[in-house]
Order: sequence, then structure tokens, then C-alpha cells
Amino acid sequence: MYGKKVKLRFIFIFALILITILTSYLILNNLKSNVVYFLSPTEISNLTEITNEKLRVGGMVKKNSIKIDSNNINFVITDFSNEIIVSFSGSVPNLFKEEKGVVAEGYLRDKNFFIANKILAKHDENYMPPEVKEALEGK
Amino acid sequence: MILSQIGYYSLVFVLAISILILFYCFKQLKFLNKNYYLNLINLNFLQSLLVVISFSSLIFSFLNSQFINRTVYENSHTTKPFFYKFSGTWGNHEGSLLLWILVLIIFSLLFLFTSQKKEKKYLTLTLLFQQIIILGFLIFTLVTSNPFDIIFPIPNEGLGLNPILQDPALAVHPPILYIGYVGCSIIFSSSLAALMSQSVNGNWASHIKKWAIVSWIFLTVGIMLGSIWAYYELGWGGFWFWDPVENVSLMPWLTLTALIHSLAVIEKKSQLKGWVIILSISTFVLSVAGTFLVRSGILNSIHTFANDPQRGIFILIFLFLLIFLSLVIFFKFYKQDLNLNKLTFTNDLSILINNWFMMYFLSVVLIGTIYPIFLEVINNTKISVGPPFFNKLISIFLIPFLLFMGFGASLGWLKSNFKKIYLQNVVLFFVSIITSSYLFLFIGDKGLFLSLIMGGSIYLFLATIRDLIKKNKQNLSQRISHFGFSLLVLSILFNSIFSEEHNFNLNVGDKFKLEKETIFFQNISMTNDKNFKKVEGIFLIQSNNYKDIILKPQLRIYNQPVIITSEADILSTLYSDNFIVMNKIDDSNMFNIRYQKKPLMIWIWISTIIIVLGGTLTFFKDRK
Repeated sequence: MYGKKVKLRFIFIFALILITILTSYLILNNLKSNVVYFLSPTEISNLTEITNEKLRVGGMVKKNSIKIDSNNINFVITDFSNEIIVSFSGSVPNLFKEEKGVVAEGYLRDKNFFIANKILAKHDENYMPPEVKEALEGK
Repeated sequence: MILSQIGYYSLVFVLAISILILFYCFKQLKFLNKNYYLNLINLNFLQSLLVVISFSSLIFSFLNSQFINRTVYENSHTTKPFFYKFSGTWGNHEGSLLLWILVLIIFSLLFLFTSQKKEKKYLTLTLLFQQIIILGFLIFTLVTSNPFDIIFPIPNEGLGLNPILQDPALAVHPPILYIGYVGCSIIFSSSLAALMSQSVNGNWASHIKKWAIVSWIFLTVGIMLGSIWAYYELGWGGFWFWDPVENVSLMPWLTLTALIHSLAVIEKKSQLKGWVIILSISTFVLSVAGTFLVRSGILNSIHTFANDPQRGIFILIFLFLLIFLSLVIFFKFYKQDLNLNKLTFTNDLSILINNWFMMYFLSVVLIGTIYPIFLEVINNTKISVGPPFFNKLISIFLIPFLLFMGFGASLGWLKSNFKKIYLQNVVLFFVSIITSSYLFLFIGDKGLFLSLIMGGSIYLFLATIRDLIKKNKQNLSQRISHFGFSLLVLSILFNSIFSEEHNFNLNVGDKFKLEKETIFFQNISMTNDKNFKKVEGIFLIQSNNYKDIILKPQLRIYNQPVIITSEADILSTLYSDNFIVMNKIDDSNMFNIRYQKKPLMIWIWISTIIIVLGGTLTFFKDRK
């Protein structure tokens, strides 16, 4: 029927396609479970149900809202139309300040309370999360 | 004023010469019997001279704080220390592009000088491609990001350099990384030229391998410096965060590493030619894409892209043209040579397999990095891809990768004495399985998977040690690099398994009790430095297991721009790092403290240096 060479090439191509499919499945599947969505307080208040997935919430730290004890830092993130209380235990970046942009990563307890396990602030003091910028520009 | 004009006009002349060189290259290709070679060398020399003048004038503008120059105004300040005025030259988009062009041109000249004996057609073609790249970058710089823009009226004071960048490691990081990137341009041009002049052979491979190794050394050192900087300056207490900016430097590194290995196969067996060309092309494309992504601001936020669409679109078109050009050349001139029957169970097969694994790692990093950008452009959803994605997907295939690395190197190039190797490796394999299962008892709760990777890296570790103490000193540099790699994987594993992190808030004078240690916040002191105020905290760490440690992390309040940075204090020993960093939270009296213990941290840097050392050794071996 077919020569040895053709057969070998056929097996080779078949294996290649199989491997490609398998790896892309693996990568895409993992991507789905490791993606963290970025939401603003308004988007959270519009949610119909509370997800158990990891989220990022971005906005401004509200004035006079930071409260500290020996383990926790509590503060409020606002986008000037809605706000959410954040409870965080861990180390904060230097640019974490009242009335500055902030991004918190963690889980929702309910629509008004967010438990963060990471606080991100950009390296630039003038940085503002895009949503906040849009919200401010909209006004 | 005068400095900016000198700089600008010499850059324009550089562009003119670039066009002239292209013209002579075409002429040379058309009339192969004539010799324009001397013209080409002279022109290239002149071009280098002019670009050096242009770059120096930018440096002098920075040193003298000539705020008439917009780049200087936006990125410098009179009170900045001399060293950071100097390094501020390439700490911004415009200056870094000029640096990129400078290195490009000087590298072309070096290439011309070092490979004069090569075939004329091949040399001319290499030069041609190199000049196309140079021309592209020149037009981009002059049109969209001219570093010599002037502003009126002349401002009295500059805006200052982001203090987080005022650091020795980060000052030298960009030039070193760029030398690595630009070295890849030579590989790119030369492989296209070799393809067109039908000289992709062992001879060419050993010639271009030197360039590949030089670029690889610089790229590795550049990545390491960035990583060290992130460790002590950002205060996150890790060395790799799968941050997009880090990922884009890792991607060309992966293809370049694969390339060096495949070049060795061409050198010995004249196989994998097409694969090598593809790797050379993708390495350079990834380097350009990397610089573009970092410098354009796309990675921080897509909205910067919209602010200056011209820049982004220009370089996207340039990238696209580059890819298109190389693909056309590839399909036109490439004749298939991969003969599966010829692949026997020798060293080259294991190299090929590991090349594929590296391509898999590359696609994981690539997808994780660009997927968020892609999604935001398509439907404006903002997402980020977390470290677990990368860690999980890469570690799965790290196990066979490590095994092939240890096993493959012991196979010969031509025919292997199968029985002997087989026995040795089985013994080593069992030793590593036993060791890792022993370790599994300790880390039991952290999972079987980790101990499997551990097993793989112990196997590689033992295999490389066996190769190192062998009598014949063939491939010494490869053995050292592989040994370094096994050490790197081992130290990363130990580090990630046994690291401890504690976060808490303290007042001055308070103590915080951990399981085995007590952290006592003794005092703070304030001093004034040249362009910042320094707040130093004094922490006493007491434990029953070791002597008391005093660590002094700092907060620095910079004057221009007003930014607070925190400097971690780290006590490094061969066994473990003690890392402490403090932050001030707004008006509260409390300080936010992060304390970490990182076992074997220093070995991550040491093993990277060993890997680089292996690479450098190839040059000394050749001298003999």
C-alpha cells in the first residue's frame, strides 16, 4: 500500500495535531479558571448574584475611610457613584493613600463587602484605574 | 539648544546614510563582480560615529539639565544625583529608542569587522536586512518620538525621574537587556541572508552561534538584574511575578535558548535548518514586540494606546512588515530538509524534543500575556491572568523537560553506547526518586506534584555533576550551564515551598509574636539625603534558634516628584534571607510591616550566574 516513508510522515503529522489539540485544550481550560475579572463598585452593585470567583475591584480610596488595627486594614473604594467596603490583611503598597487610585484583589462576601488578599497600586503617583477615570470624565 | 540641534541633525544624517547604505547593498547584489565592500564599511563607520554624537548630545543635555529639551524636562531634575541624571537618558521612551538605534548600528559595524572573510553575497544581504531594521527604527524615532524636541519658554525645573527607577540595578538594566535584544537582530538578518545565499550550514551555524551566545548572556543578565531589583525595591518579596513586563523579556529568552541548542545540531549534523531560521525570526520579532509593549504603555493600560495611537500603530505596522518579509523569504528560499529517518536516538533528538517543550512554555507565557490585551480590545472586559496559570501549566511539563535535559546530554552525537548510559541513568534515576520521596515526607501536605518536579531536578542535578567530574572536558560550558539550571530549579522549588510571609501593623515600640520569632519595632530615625528624606525603622528579630538580627528598612520621601518609596532591608545568608519592609499608611501612627523568610534565596542569583558563566566559557574554549 503506502511506503514506509509516507506512513511515518502520516504518523508524525497525526501526532503533531493531537499534541496541539491537547496542549491548547490544557492551556485554554486553565486560562478560564485563572482569569481574574476587573470590576468597578458600580458594576458590583449591578451584579445579579454574588460570585465565588476571585475578582479585582478598582476605584479611589474614599476620604477618611482608612481604619487600621494590628491585623486588618479597612477602607472604602468608591467610583463616585457607588462604593464598597474592603477588608484587607497584608502589606500595602506605598502609593496606597486616601483619594488615590487603588486595585484590590480578593473575594466578595456580599455586594457591599469585599475581602481582599492583595492590594495593587501602580508605580505612578498619577495613575488612576481606567474605570474611575471614565467615571470622573463622565461627570 | 545647540545640543538638541546637534543631536537631531546627526540623527537625520544617520538616516540619510542608512538609505545610502541600502543603495550600495542593492548595487553590490546586482553587480556581484564589483566590490563596494569598502564603501559599505566606511559608510557604516560614519553612521556609527554620527549616532554616537547624537546619543552623547542627549547624555550631555541630561547631565547639564538642559530643560529646553522636552525629554530632559519630563524626566530629569537639577537635584537628582549625577549617576541618575546619566541613567535617566535611557529611562524614558525617547531616550531608550535612541539607545536601541545606537546599539543596532554599532552591532552591525562589529559584525562587518568580525566576519570579513565570509562570502560577499551573504555579508551584503545581512547588512541589507540590518539597515532595513535600522531605517525602520530611525523613522519611528524621528516621526513619533523625537528625543530632541524643544519647548518654549524654557522651564526652570524638570519634572524628575520616578524615584523607583533611581536604583543602580535598574540604571544598568535597560542597556544590558537591549544589547541582548539587538544581538538578536544580527541573528535575524544573518539567518535570512544565509537562507537567501544558500549557506545555511555547519560553518554558518558556528559563526552565528557566537552572536547568539553573546545576546543570550546579556539577555540573561538583564532579566536577572530586573528580577533582583523587583525583589528588593518593590517590596513584594518575590523574584518573579509573571508580570507582563517580565514575561515579554522571558519570551525571546526562551526562543533564543532553543536556538542555541538547535544551532549545535546544525553544527554537528546539518539538520533542523528550517527550524533554526524560524527560531531566529521569532526571537527578534519577540524582542521588538517586547520593547514595544513595555515602552508604549499598552501593558499598564490600554488607554495609553489611545492617547498616542500613532506610536502604537507605526510599530505594529513595522512588526507586521518584518514578519511578512521574513515569511516570504522563508517560503521562497527554504528547501525542506527534515528527514525523520535520519533522527536517531541521539543527542539531537533530545534537543529537538526539549525545543518543543520550550515552544510550549513560550506559548503559555505568550497566551497569558496577550490574552488580557486581546480581550480588552475586543469587548472592553478587563481581566488579568494570575501566577497560578503560569506555574501550573509550566510545571507540568517541567518534569519530562528536566529528565530529557539530564538524559539527553549523556547521549552521544553519533551513536550512543546504549548499555552503559542506560545503566548509569537508571541508577541516577533511582537515587533521585528515593531522595524526592524522602523529601515528600517533609512537604507531604504540599503535594505529590512538587516532589515529582523535585525528583526531576535532582536527577538533572546528579546527572550534570556526573558529567562535570568526567575526565574529558568536552562541552564544559554546556555542562556548567545545565548544572546551573538544575541548581536554579532546585532553589526555586525549596524557596517557594519553605518561604514564610507575615503581614501585620505595628506602632513604634511594639512587639509582634510569631510562632518561633518575636519582632520588636524598636525605634525610628529621620535624616535628610540629597533628594529625599529618609525614615529608618529599627527592628530587632529574636528567636531561640539563632542570634538576634537587627534589620533597618527605610521609607524614602522624594522631593521631585513627591513619591514615597520603601527600601526593604534584607539579611542574606547562604541558607536563607530575612526580608523586612515597612510602609506608612496615611495619617495613622501604625506602620504596615511585611516580614519574610526566604530559604535559599541567594542561590537563585548564584545559579543564574553559573548559567551565564557556562555561556561565557564558550569563548575562552575557542581561543585555545
